[in-house]
Amino acid sequence: MTQLLNNEAHQLKVLKTLYLIRDLEEEIAKRYPEGKMRCPTHLSIGQEGVPSALAPLLFSYDLAVSTHRAHAHYLAKGGCPKAMIAEIYGKATGCSGGRGGSMHLIDESVGFKGSTAIVGNTIPIGVGLALSQQIKSEQGISVVFVGDGALEEGVFYESANFAALKKLPVLFVCENNLYSVYSPLKNRQPEGRKLYKMVEAIGIKSTHADGNNVVECYEILQEKINLIRAGSGPQFIEFDTYRWREHCGPNYDNDLGYRTAQEFDNWKVREPIARYENWLLENTLFTQNHFSQIRGQVTGLVQESFEFAESSPFPDVSTVNDYIYR
Amino acid sequence: MSCKELTMAQAVNVALTESMEMDESVICYGLGVDDPLRIFGTTANLSENFPQRVFDMPTCENAMTGVGIGAALNGLKPVMVHQRLDFFLLAMDQLVNAAAKWHYMFNGQSNVPIVIRLMIGRGWGQGPTHSQNLHAWFAHIPGLKVVMPTNPNDAYHMLKQAIQDPNPVIFIEHRWLHGQVGLIEKGSHSSIGKAKLLKKGDDITIIAMSYLTVEAIRASEALSKNSVNVELIDLMTVKPIDWETIYESVEKTGRLLVLDTGAETGSVAGEIVAKVSEKCFAHLKAAPSRLAMPDIPEPTSYGLTKQFYFGAKEIAEKVHGMLLENVDSSLYRELDTEGHHDIPGSHFKGPF
Repeated sequence: MTQLLNNEAHQLKVLKTLYLIRDLEEEIAKRYPEGKMRCPTHLSIGQEGVPSALAPLLFSYDLAVSTHRAHAHYLAKGGCPKAMIAEIYGKATGCSGGRGGSMHLIDESVGFKGSTAIVGNTIPIGVGLALSQQIKSEQGISVVFVGDGALEEGVFYESANFAALKKLPVLFVCENNLYSVYSPLKNRQPEGRKLYKMVEAIGIKSTHADGNNVVECYEILQEKINLIRAGSGPQFIEFDTYRWREHCGPNYDNDLGYRTAQEFDNWKVREPIARYENWLLENTLFTQNHFSQIRGQVTGLVQESFEFAESSPFPDVSTVNDYIYR
Repeated sequence: MSCKELTMAQAVNVALTESMEMDESVICYGLGVDDPLRIFGTTANLSENFPQRVFDMPTCENAMTGVGIGAALNGLKPVMVHQRLDFFLLAMDQLVNAAAKWHYMFNGQSNVPIVIRLMIGRGWGQGPTHSQNLHAWFAHIPGLKVVMPTNPNDAYHMLKQAIQDPNPVIFIEHRWLHGQVGLIEKGSHSSIGKAKLLKKGDDITIIAMSYLTVEAIRASEALSKNSVNVELIDLMTVKPIDWETIYESVEKTGRLLVLDTGAETGSVAGEIVAKVSEKCFAHLKAAPSRLAMPDIPEPTSYGLTKQFYFGAKEIAEKVHGMLLENVDSSLYRELDTEGHHDIPGSHFKGPF
């Protein structure tokens, strides 16, 4: 059943998405201390693998919802980078007009239906999107991005149960980065429990993969998405991954002591981008020159995004009462 | 369905049926919508007539609210039903953090046309967790509309409007009103956001809501025998409130009594008294007042609930006191409810 990553357009899309997420987020981290991005900001650096592998597998008629750590998901779904950075700057040109900030991203034009800040909040909403797709006989699927912490919320069980009951076209993408803020998994789950096994017991076909191995992610995602598109009901995939920087904000926080330097280093050597580049060099016609060229394009887009955000106006204060009701 | 007498439960059923016939995007779900009792009859025949769009649900109020929000974001118009409001408290994250905020925090790009039907219990030992009137909670959240109609005609029209409203609407049905009979009239003017003037009068404005409107009508009739002319307004929508109608009446009468089915502290009645004090102070002849539920949970025992609710008699005595000072305790004896206090009295069946 394995679907090889042998499509050149997909290989390129994955690579571009990896670079875009990494470089845009590194630029956020660099500029954050300037104090112009005045909202809580959760970076995905280190966790680019899963969303990038997903990027070429979804169409704009597929729908997605995400969490407080949504930048990578928004970008992978095709969300506009300029509008995202402008949103973090609180500008009128932001994807939410400056009303949402980093945690509330949306790009309706590509089916990114929204991210919200409360853990687990968008899980049932994504399942509801899938219900509407089923009732309306639409062709798309719905993707629900979650972290490991969200699986502890009762609403995950409730939503998974309903998705299984109705055989809804929904893909749960779980990025397990081991920590809920500073709280490690061992404080939150019984010893020896596999998250995906727990989900399987609810009645959802579940599997597990290395979230930093982009090729493995792609292959497993493609297989499961094809099954959902064929009407076989919901799927859950747990991906192991790791965030490099602090839970919220631009800094490294290993000095706090909630995780060890050794653990951090072990994950850093398994980082998704270099591994994927090596795989491309060994298995495809991509060369270092290609990498530099593509990265150069991404760098241009990153700079353009920040210039756009910096030069955009704040929303007019007179609009603060707009959109309470439609 | 013109000029036909229906119970409020039947009126809700007709509104749902017509909405689903008219608009294929309407779906209806909730625990028991297709069970033998059909939510007190309000969802009768729906699952037979619209099998793809009406379904029972797992007992998970929070997720199913979110499911409705998601479905609404992709073009459906869900109507979710809870047999008691109290169970919906499990869904506050979805209601407050998602449904109420979505349109605003995403800059008007999408909206959540969902209706949540909540039923308020009263009496027969409903007790602390089956009888809560929490409309003030919902009214406190920007982005929500909160309606609580009193009679079958208003329930019919307002539910149909709520379903077509592009915003999340909390639709509150008092269980003691479900059996009440009334005429359904096409072309009626009852609408969300508009209070209704039920009786003109010059001496005092009474603002009532939901079941208390029934009690207020009885009180007003008794008061008129003592030459007190009440102007009675049924609020019908507690968010957004129809301030114009309230101000206009209070500016004429100079006196205000607000009746609230919820606990006094933080009540909608308190908000109305505050706003009227700010906006109509120069017109006031007396301090605005309110009658609301005591700040204690509703007890279960038949013995403990005897004095718990106020009704027409207490309203009449309160108004009498505001206008004419001393109240002779025999004056409003006719308003005493006969029989058991914990079930609706015979005065209740309507029409009114």
